[in-house]
Amino acid sequence: MSTLQITDLHASVVTDAGETPILKGVDLTVESGRTQAVMGPNGSGKSTLAYVIAGHPKYTVTQGSITLDGEDVLDMSVDERARAGLFLAMQYPIEVPGVSVSNFLRTSATSIRGEAPKLRTWIGEVKEAMAGLQMDGAFAERNVNEGFSGGEKKRHEILQMSLLKPKIAILDETDSGLDVDALRVVSEGVNRFQEDSGAGVLLITHYTRILRYITPDVVNVFAGGRIVETGGPELAEVLEADGYERFADLAKA
Amino acid sequence: MSTAQAPPSDLAPRVLSNDPDDHETPHGREEEWRFTPVAKLGDFFESGQRGSVTATESEFVTMTPAEADPSTVEKDAHWVASDLPSALARTNATSIVSISIPAEREVDDIVVVDLTGSEKLNYGRIEISAGAFAKATVVLRLDMTTDVSGIVVTDVADQADLTVLALYDGPRTSRHVWQWATTVGRDASFLGLAIALGGSIIRLQQNVRYAGPGGSAELLGAFLASDEQFQEFRIFVDHNEPHCVSNVVFKGALSGAQAHTVWIGDVRVRREAVGIETYELNRNLLLNDGPRADSVPNLELETGDVVSAGHASATGRFDDEQLFYLQSRGITEELARQLVVRGFFVEVLDKVTDADLRRDVIRRIEERIGMDAIEQQLTDVDA
Ligand SMILES: Nc1ncnc2c1ncn2[C@@H]1O[C@H](COP(=O)(O)OP(=O)(O)OP(=O)(O)O)[C@@H](O)[C@H]1O
Ligand SMILES: [Mg+2]
Repeated sequence: MSTLQITDLHASVVTDAGETPILKGVDLTVESGRTQAVMGPNGSGKSTLAYVIAGHPKYTVTQGSITLDGEDVLDMSVDERARAGLFLAMQYPIEVPGVSVSNFLRTSATSIRGEAPKLRTWIGEVKEAMAGLQMDGAFAERNVNEGFSGGEKKRHEILQMSLLKPKIAILDETDSGLDVDALRVVSEGVNRFQEDSGAGVLLITHYTRILRYITPDVVNVFAGGRIVETGGPELAEVLEADGYERFADLAKA
Repeated sequence: MSTAQAPPSDLAPRVLSNDPDDHETPHGREEEWRFTPVAKLGDFFESGQRGSVTATESEFVTMTPAEADPSTVEKDAHWVASDLPSALARTNATSIVSISIPAEREVDDIVVVDLTGSEKLNYGRIEISAGAFAKATVVLRLDMTTDVSGIVVTDVADQADLTVLALYDGPRTSRHVWQWATTVGRDASFLGLAIALGGSIIRLQQNVRYAGPGGSAELLGAFLASDEQFQEFRIFVDHNEPHCVSNVVFKGALSGAQAHTVWIGDVRVRREAVGIETYELNRNLLLNDGPRADSVPNLELETGDVVSAGHASATGRFDDEQLFYLQSRGITEELARQLVVRGFFVEVLDKVTDADLRRDVIRRIEERIGMDAIEQQLTDVDA
């Protein structure tokens, strides 16, 4: 059992122009085996929340705490957080020229597991994970995210998740850029991963579409840098029908 | 000594002569010396007690005394020395290292030539030739502890396919000033790779011209400068024949406040050089604040009738987003940096087609960026 506990989280983005507050008091708990959906309009701070959990250096936490099984996450470096069991599937994955997917995956797995996986079993492991996401084997020889289509980037993120087996996975708009077939394949990959590992999932999305494939236990509406409403899966249907408009006022409050 | 008329071009060498008296002593204000720390190279501009660069003889490698060699008479006036140090080397070297691949000979094994010098400063005179239809890869290993002022004349005959990799990996005290003049024959291919890792000063003037249509010249470089290293790469490609190709790719990684690199990419496309393709690229990666990378591409087009002609040059800071991405997968910051640096060089290193040679070059680069640890971890498990 693992628990990611976010309490009264306030964070700002640091730019040349100064500090701009974005997260304004987020409370959220993600537990093993459970799926928390976070839904909200563009620019409401969803990705910022994801980045702050992962430790992106552009953001500073000004108040509140994040713990994983009681350990202070904010005290850890980015790589320490990953080794502690956190994983972020990014909305906009970064290109790393000249570093092949296969080298990247094996180096990551070596870092997370604390020892290099045996080459023979590793190759099988990667093949199986790629097949599960309907990815071509030739993919492994390409450079990380370089020239990937939107859908390929998202599959590659989920591939990493299934190989690195985090305790808590944060999926930031994994559904964007995917056509219906790809969305189904990727969603099944997420469900399989969760069934096999019992990980907790924080599913960030703008649209309700992915929730037809991945059933959340809780739906949180995010607006203006905080959670403004919490409910069951039925809340997603309300959002589907009415949009985010009625939360606009709550966001300003 | 013969003195050739310098062609009317801004980019061509101003003086071409093997006679040191025809060259003025550089002061540092001259266009071609303005980046170079000439004050640290005073002895390269004077005659004196010098040694000569030597190599062990083998099937394709011979040492000949300079006086006795008939090729002292210029075969081609264009590619004589283009500056004072190379004129001094050309005139005063007492022996010539000749690497000759006979016509129609395809050499499978790499021809490795370890160059050594006996005195503090040595003149190097190297002549490389690949006969018609020959195919070979030559590696010049310059792991020298001594200083060298050298000239390499390379002749790639019609339809020959020659790769020459020059590996500058000596101690941090050595100084290297080289001119490398290459003639690419009709339908011939030349791949010149400069890997610069060691030395305190490395200055390489690389001149290429064609002896017939259809030739291809690829000039690649990978350089790593840290601490107080100075490295300068000056390229001059003279497109003097139609339907030829030139591709220049130099990539450098710099770290430390005092490191300084210079890349000058001069390409002249003459009026008669119709249907050519030329591209040159220099990219520099600054690993931290402080190092200086000068990068100047110059393309002089005397005809518009070309297939393509372009250049690009960019010097950028280390990308923190890449670092974040790798670290978010559990990879430590140090290893993430090393991965990014190695990835940066891949484009150049992939051109080294011989697997063992590529591995050796990568190993040397990784030693410089301290990458052995994780590799060791991975290979131990594979063994
Ligand atoms: N690095 C940054 N530099 C400047 N502003 C930023 C940065 N990151 C976020 N912001 C600002 O913070 C706000 C929240 O952005 P964020 O990306 O977290 O929103 P989001 O909810 O993920 O939006 P989307 O649905 O478009 O993905 C926006 O106004 C955005 O412009
Ligand atoms: Mg977002």
